[in-house]
Amino acid sequence: MTTAVLPSLSLAGKLARVERRKRLRAMALTLPLLVFLAVTFLVPLGALLIRAVENPEVADTLVHTGKALSGWDHKATPPDEAYKALVIDLNAIPETAQAGVLARRLNSEVSGARSLIMSTYRAKLDVRDLPAAEAKAKLLEVDARWGETPYWLAIAKNSSRWTPDYLLTSIDLKRDVDGSIVRVGKDEAAFSDILLRTFSISAVVTIVCILIGYPLAYWLSTLSERRANLMMILVLLPFWTSVLVRIAAWIVLLQTNGLVNRFLMFSGVTDSPVPLLFNRLGVVIAMVHILLPFMILPLYSVMKSVPPNFVRAAVSLGSAPLAAFFRIYVPQTYPGIAAGGLLVFITSIGYYVTPALLGGAGDQMLSYYVAQYTNVEVNWGMACALGSVLLVTTLALYAVYRKFGKAELSLG
Amino acid sequence: MKMKTLMIAVAAVMAIPAMAQSQITVVNFGGANGAAQKKAYFEPFEKTGTKVVQVEYNGEQAKIKAMVEAKKVTWDVVEVESPDINRGCDEGLFEKLDWSKLPPKSDFQPAAVHECGVGAFVWSTVMAYNADKLKTAPVTWADFWDVKKFPGKRGMRKGPRYNLEFALMADGVAPADVYKVLATKDGADRAFKKMTELKPNIQFWEAGAQPPQFLVAGDVAITTAYNGRIDAAQREGKNLGITWTGGIYDLDFWVMPKGTPNKAAAEKFIAMAASVEEQAEYTKHISYGPTNNKALAKIDPKILAMLPTSPANSKTALQFNISFWADQGEALEKRFAAWAAQ
Repeated sequence: MTTAVLPSLSLAGKLARVERRKRLRAMALTLPLLVFLAVTFLVPLGALLIRAVENPEVADTLVHTGKALSGWDHKATPPDEAYKALVIDLNAIPETAQAGVLARRLNSEVSGARSLIMSTYRAKLDVRDLPAAEAKAKLLEVDARWGETPYWLAIAKNSSRWTPDYLLTSIDLKRDVDGSIVRVGKDEAAFSDILLRTFSISAVVTIVCILIGYPLAYWLSTLSERRANLMMILVLLPFWTSVLVRIAAWIVLLQTNGLVNRFLMFSGVTDSPVPLLFNRLGVVIAMVHILLPFMILPLYSVMKSVPPNFVRAAVSLGSAPLAAFFRIYVPQTYPGIAAGGLLVFITSIGYYVTPALLGGAGDQMLSYYVAQYTNVEVNWGMACALGSVLLVTTLALYAVYRKFGKAELSLG
Repeated sequence: MKMKTLMIAVAAVMAIPAMAQSQITVVNFGGANGAAQKKAYFEPFEKTGTKVVQVEYNGEQAKIKAMVEAKKVTWDVVEVESPDINRGCDEGLFEKLDWSKLPPKSDFQPAAVHECGVGAFVWSTVMAYNADKLKTAPVTWADFWDVKKFPGKRGMRKGPRYNLEFALMADGVAPADVYKVLATKDGADRAFKKMTELKPNIQFWEAGAQPPQFLVAGDVAITTAYNGRIDAAQREGKNLGITWTGGIYDLDFWVMPKGTPNKAAAEKFIAMAASVEEQAEYTKHISYGPTNNKALAKIDPKILAMLPTSPANSKTALQFNISFWADQGEALEKRFAAWAAQ
């Protein structure tokens, strides 16, 4: 009996070892991809998330000022020691460049802080041996604005190395004097509108893509192989053209005296040109055109795999053809609709060039402001915070899709 | 023996860069202005033996910042807009300019003298219209806002810059007081309120090439525009007109990113682009004004009439206030985004 068990045990052990080696080899094969993903995807994303909360500018330079302000009640003028500490801290900054970075950071909190910091930095006051009260008087002589509390509040607020402020600002919230979180005023509240707008434009584009793409994909799936291939090339052709070229083409077509408007007036639909450009409509038209292939391809591949027998069976059992189509055929293509919809929706959320060139000031999507903060304001903390908001909401949507998608599969 | 051949080889390798023709990379905004710079500055400079590689960018300071931070500077001379020279200079992105290598400071417009660079040219944001379509020309910014007298859409730059200044002038603020008023909370409110008045009739533009296109296509009746772009369209035979009243003029500057490997050649280029003959030549190709005042005397009166720096055109003009926008820009941009969403 023992002789019979032993070899089988060792056989199982051998098998397990071989299996493990196979798995390792498979892992090793995917290693380059994992490294590639880590370097090009995870590291930049991590850096983005860190930059969205990192706040080193004030904490690194105004060390003593931060300490002197720690006991301040945030209401009256700050203690005299803070004034002296500020001058000492500013003098300790070795390069103008660093002072400039500090000035930029504080200016994005309080308008005017840039010129205030730079003029004070350039004045190079010497207060080391003076009592704090005299140092304060000297500083106020350089710029009377140091008597106002908002600038001091900004310094006190940013004395810590990490800040939730960028993220709060990107959803129209802010910390007030006491540190409690409140909504910003109407004049400053921009980003929740912009985020909502980004999602609503993307949703409209996705729905229009489904409405146009579904019948087209269905028609393609009923054609013979040769004709379907030919038609598929026509679908893909715009896919291979540069986005900018397609946008320029839409400008030519949609402008006030463009082809579309001239046709509408010629055919008597309208008497005067319809505004089709530099508004929401123009943005949606161009985005649908650009994103349609992303909808058609997954739909087509799903429709190709749907067997025609079920619909035939339903009709032969007495169902009306239209009812059979909607009750038997369409549910079988849900995975295609879900995949195409998700692809189009997530791609549209990041759209930048199309709305920038075809939309008005009220049609810009979140990416436009990310670019604005990156390139124009050079406020990368804010740009990263907006990017993070976009990333998190997209991931949340994807999670919803996963749940929804699974339910769909189990139903099918 | 072996050692000797090795040394010769090393010496030969090291000599290659020295033997190769020297070259500098000059970065500008391209377009008609890039072409004018090529004719007036790049081509004569290449005759001195240094090749000029022209690169276009869209004013992204992030690119310069990334280059300087990575200590891999591949741009030698860059044309930057006025807010960026102050900001970049404060943040140490640019080399300090050695003014002893340039014409004397007193020859230049006061605004063109900067520790990190020199003014390249003067341009202006003005009111422009299609003279074929409007019977009478608009004269003031109040006319720009008057959609009854001049029916049709208005083109404006997407963003608060210039627009808020124009709005205040339309509301009756004298050019000299515009920035004083705009700096107050009430003044900003007033400007945005005036913008709201015109909002249904505004068609925003993003790129400088768009306004003349809007005018020619008949999309807008009047628009704000960069004067050089309107001039370029006029040269193509389009009947566009400019109203210089209350225009906002501004300078672009030549700077050197910190750590440029070809600093000596870059300085030579900047000195040449700042001198009288070249600046006068430049105005023949595009109607942007010279920063070197001595060049004005060498310019044909016909061309002078089209420049923002001519006495007639600059009479009621307003200089773009760099320090105001450096301080208030970020907050006003954000408020503009909120305003656009309302």
